[in-house]
Amino acid sequence: MEIRPITVQELNKYIKEKIDDDEFLNNVFVKGEISNFKLHYTGHMYFTLKDENSLIKCIMFKSYTPNLQFMPKDGMKVSVLGSVSVFERDGVYQIYCKAMKQEGVGDLYEEFQKLKAKLDKEGLFDNSHKKKIPMFPKTIGVLTSSTGAVIRDIINVSTRRNPNVHIRLLPVPVQGQGAAEKIAEGIRKMNDENLADVIIIGRGGGSLEDLWPFNEEIVARAIYNSTLPIISAVGHETDFTIADFVSDLRAPTPSAAAELAVPNIEDVKYTIMTYQNRYKVALKRKVEFMKMRYEKCMSRRAMKEPLQKINERAINLDILVKSIQNSINNKLNKAKSNAVEIITRLDALSPLKTLARGYNIAQKNGKVVSKKQDISKDDILTLRFIDGNVDTKVIDKK
Amino acid sequence: MEEELTFEQAMQNLEKIADELEKDNLDLDTSVKKFEEGMKLSQKCNKMLQEAEKKITILIDDEEKDFTLNTEE
Repeated sequence: MEIRPITVQELNKYIKEKIDDDEFLNNVFVKGEISNFKLHYTGHMYFTLKDENSLIKCIMFKSYTPNLQFMPKDGMKVSVLGSVSVFERDGVYQIYCKAMKQEGVGDLYEEFQKLKAKLDKEGLFDNSHKKKIPMFPKTIGVLTSSTGAVIRDIINVSTRRNPNVHIRLLPVPVQGQGAAEKIAEGIRKMNDENLADVIIIGRGGGSLEDLWPFNEEIVARAIYNSTLPIISAVGHETDFTIADFVSDLRAPTPSAAAELAVPNIEDVKYTIMTYQNRYKVALKRKVEFMKMRYEKCMSRRAMKEPLQKINERAINLDILVKSIQNSINNKLNKAKSNAVEIITRLDALSPLKTLARGYNIAQKNGKVVSKKQDISKDDILTLRFIDGNVDTKVIDKK
Repeated sequence: MEEELTFEQAMQNLEKIADELEKDNLDLDTSVKKFEEGMKLSQKCNKMLQEAEKKITILIDDEEKDFTLNTEE
């Protein structure tokens, strides 16, 4: 009996069918470390997933790569979801990846989002709770590692801006297990013992894991409960941590935090000098204004010749008196001439002239008697002559 | 002047005094008084600037020591 050999292709095809039929292999979730990562120009990703003892080839087609949250790199710990199948041409089995996530990081990111949402809802990020950074703090409390660039930058920038400032460093671990607790404790200590006017908490850049203590709830709450204002400066400008959201002010870098906390003393001195100048100018202006008013006042004629007005009035008074006198005299003269005229007229009509011609006037009881019937016997009549009166008695009335 | 004036308050007062002084209707006596008050306060502010302690310290185990850079690096 002769055994007919099969072709390589047939064998690989057989194996492929076997594997493809396996339900478990159709849907695997595998963790490992990436190596030999290649992003092909076609857009497909080729790499090997390995652990200490074993490795397996992987491929992720272009159609799945846009869903990736990160760019895979050699050495990265990931878990992939996909199916195992055989590439017949090369006789190799490999994982055809549909999804990939970074080991640990994905969880941290999720945790970050969850905590952020929770604290936001509780109002820990509210602007209304944010405290004002004092204008001129004397003591800057710094919570960071006692080694490294952060404290150096803060000291350099702070002392350059204000050589008199007191920097009080409370060293705390800024990464790793227990760091968050130490940071929170440091914030409380600064508050309890009133060790600073403003606190800077910070650390340099690092991975999300490195920055993690600043994403922990215990730190967020310590910042929120602090009565001393806190400036956070965690990582690089692009890194945002929960601590940044809760703190009263977020600085992009530790140097920037120092700039925000410590005003440039020369600027402040200049501002104070500006005020002094304003006072001087204002007072000078006021005095000049008063002087001007005084001069204006003094330059008026009344001030220059105080008797002028009185003299003017006196002259006016004289004129008035004169005109009154004139008008009285006029009236008097007019009256006089009137009187003369009337007297002349009277004179013409006067009975005296008649008397002078020898007539006389008889009066009885002071009344002129012009008719005989008004007289009775024995009446006393007064006869008026030109040169006087004579009383007569009526003897008879014929 | 109050003893416990913060720097912020002092600076705010400086601004207030300047505003008042610059008003036209302030009489000369009050102006001179305000001027003196402002100059005194500004000198006090300048003094406050010098008041800080000028030191760098490190707190370890509740003990405060002078801190110099690079000693532990």
